[in-house]
Amino acid sequence: MELINTFFNWDVMVRAFPILLRGLGNTVMLGIVTIIIGTIAGLLLCLVRLYAVRPIQLLAILYIDVFRALPILVLLILVYYALPFVGIRLDSFTSATMALSMVLAAFTAEVCRAGIQNVPKGQFEAAASLGMPFWKSMRKIILPQAIRVIIPPLTSNSISVFKDTALASVVAMPDLLKQANDAQAMMANPTPLIGAALIYLAILWPLVRLVGYLEARNQRAVAR
Amino acid sequence: MTSSPAPLAAQMSDVNKWYNDYHALRSINLEVARGERIVVCGPSGSGKSTMIRCINQLEKHDSGTIAVNGVTLTGDLKQLNTVRQDVGMVFQHFNLFPHLTVLENCVIAPMTVRNIARKEAEEMAMSYLSRIHIAEQAHKFPSQLSGGQQQRVAIARSLCMQPNLMLFDEPTSALDPEMVHEVLETMVSLARDGMTMLVVTHEMGFARKVADRVIFMDHGEICETAPPEDFFKSPQNERARVFLSQLIH
Repeated sequence: MELINTFFNWDVMVRAFPILLRGLGNTVMLGIVTIIIGTIAGLLLCLVRLYAVRPIQLLAILYIDVFRALPILVLLILVYYALPFVGIRLDSFTSATMALSMVLAAFTAEVCRAGIQNVPKGQFEAAASLGMPFWKSMRKIILPQAIRVIIPPLTSNSISVFKDTALASVVAMPDLLKQANDAQAMMANPTPLIGAALIYLAILWPLVRLVGYLEARNQRAVAR
Repeated sequence: MTSSPAPLAAQMSDVNKWYNDYHALRSINLEVARGERIVVCGPSGSGKSTMIRCINQLEKHDSGTIAVNGVTLTGDLKQLNTVRQDVGMVFQHFNLFPHLTVLENCVIAPMTVRNIARKEAEEMAMSYLSRIHIAEQAHKFPSQLSGGQQQRVAIARSLCMQPNLMLFDEPTSALDPEMVHEVLETMVSLARDGMTMLVVTHEMGFARKVADRVIFMDHGEICETAPPEDFFKSPQNERARVFLSQLIH
């Protein structure tokens, strides 16, 4: 009973819920903006990595390597606490969006590269032999075929980055975790933290299942 | 579609190509006259495919000049795309677009490259598809067709761009034996219509039937060029003799 009163205190939960909801709004916003920017930037980065002139390709490879290796938290703190020293002062939402999407773009680029390289060479040749310019054949022929392979790992990376939005609480963004933590301090009870954990689970569990489903569907398509 | 087709559909002079140290094409000289049907044969690795793939630059040559429909290829991408619009190619493995239906395979290039309206492009595609007896399969996906049907669709897809030169890169080599015939038949009827054709194949019956000239290649060189009746009866080149004797077995 003591345990339930401490971790699952209904009164505290009811009082904390509106605060958590506000945090959830910020978390979802941060997650969605990051996923959109990171995915688009990642695709462009991948095309540069594959098809640009050699020196620019090397820059793209360098970018991808660095941002896959760098911990997001380190990057976030650099953006938020170090950039002001050179006069670039970004609010916590912008800092978090920037740091998260820079990293997501690097991972997305690798996923897209695998997807594009999975399309048989003959498809590129057939499109070229019909006189289709590079961008048209990319858009109409190659990417629609690559997307099947890209979607599951892309979704998986998006889930990862959505979880990493919790890091934004470190730079004082009022996201779900920060709000829960504040409520916990204010009410001197950890129930809001449990609430936040349950909300994360409720959103992300179905997406994790979705990835499993997409992967299984791809396996079947390959087997056919 | 070209305003005034040059008398030569394709011309290669002193063309060389290397893959690293491997000399894949050795000083190739070839003229393809408008309306001419040429069959290219030779052992595997002799450079036949590489040669015809140089004409639409799926392979880049290292030296010499190539002109297609009177346009000397410079390596400029825009020019190349324009040249490729008039040069159809049929591949050994069909290379149909698997995410598009048969009809969409046929209209995508005319619509996106030549800016032809969908309705007009579909009418043209359907007329080619019915010529190869595949009109009723127009809304199926390539994977739902047999190999022979897929290859005929690939031919129709090329024709929808209304090319004036068709390149065939071993079009029947990947087919089950019983499907070779239907594809060859389509190619014969194309030849009868006066299409300029450059065909890499081991189908000697096809060569006898439609070729104006047979070219024999070995080790990246053109060893012999002759009308089919002479080539098959009395090949001058020793390697060609050996090659033909092996085919008969």
